[in-house]
Amino acid sequence: MAIEPSAPALYGDALSLDPVVVVVILAMAVVTVVAKVGGLWLVRHVELSDRLEAGLDVLPGAVVIAVLAPELAAGGPAEWGAAAVVVAVMWRTESILLALVAGVVGVVGFRALL
Amino acid sequence: MARNSEPADSSTRATEAGTGTMAGNEPHPDTDETPERDGVSFGWEGVRSGFLTGIPIAIGVGGYGIAFGVLANQAGLTVAEAALMSATVLAGASQIIAVELWADPIPIAAIVATTFAVNLRYSLMGAALQPWFRHLSPRQIYASLVMMADENWALTMRELRSGSGRGAFLLGSGIALWLFWVGSTVLGVLAGESVGAPEQYGFDFILTAVFVALAVELWDGTSTLVPWLVALGTSIAAANVLPGRWYILIGGLAAAAVEVMRHGD
Repeated sequence: MAIEPSAPALYGDALSLDPVVVVVILAMAVVTVVAKVGGLWLVRHVELSDRLEAGLDVLPGAVVIAVLAPELAAGGPAEWGAAAVVVAVMWRTESILLALVAGVVGVVGFRALL
Repeated sequence: MARNSEPADSSTRATEAGTGTMAGNEPHPDTDETPERDGVSFGWEGVRSGFLTGIPIAIGVGGYGIAFGVLANQAGLTVAEAALMSATVLAGASQIIAVELWADPIPIAAIVATTFAVNLRYSLMGAALQPWFRHLSPRQIYASLVMMADENWALTMRELRSGSGRGAFLLGSGIALWLFWVGSTVLGVLAGESVGAPEQYGFDFILTAVFVALAVELWDGTSTLVPWLVALGTSIAAANVLPGRWYILIGGLAAAAVEVMRHGD
């Protein structure tokens, strides 16, 4: 006979913290903070040439494209269509909220249709 | 004329410009233009504005928090452990990958190294904030950066580029994200497997949509074309050959490198 999965014990354990798990989580938190803070720290403490400043200037757009391109390439017509909807709404209204709502409604709609 | 009767405003401007010649000829009589990269301040107004703007996005991110909670539950984490991870790491993709790597015994080195690799892109995002954040104190800067995630970075870039000067926007929108992220994680763990996939409601598209909207705003004519094409090509190529999210770092750095090389010519 099988051992009953201990549902009551599970709820009792909901707030328990395994010390090893806590250490792993805190280590994850530390490396994440280093990653989040490190880039700007470096830029603040290293003297930048004009050329490097020019490179830094294109970073925001380049990062945005680097996030998007593989994401969209991995998607299908539904995602591409919805992305086009976001571009169109953003272009016309310049409202990020409208663009997001249109995009999410668009992707659900296109996925149902296509 | 009115300028002379408002010394509080114009005198600080004049000292900043380091000139007294402005008094005679008024070059910008009453243009209410906010200087794009000057006068960035850090205050409650910015926190509040970021928080309110961040809430709709944070609700969408909550869809992911639920998914993360479900996965964490399957990996054997308790409510407290999953909530602790969401509260201290606050980086969705790396957390989802971490609980997918979770096993018994825990592969500590693999999890921590992967987390760092997945989150290294934030260094680039943070560095991009420098033109505005250099006006803030170290404490304000680093407190804001800790609360940075993809979504509120995108919102903040948009806000600061508009010239609002709200230096605390990243922190405010980060707080909104944090609340929904931790809350939805708890919901996800408790709900277990009874929740559908985020795809069902289109939540998986929110991050893409935020970035598409931001790209529309960042588009600056033909000068953006070359770096963007470089980022596009390298990120897609890198995504095909490398695991995790290295492609973001590689795409961004490649575009910046090309721009550095082009600059002297």
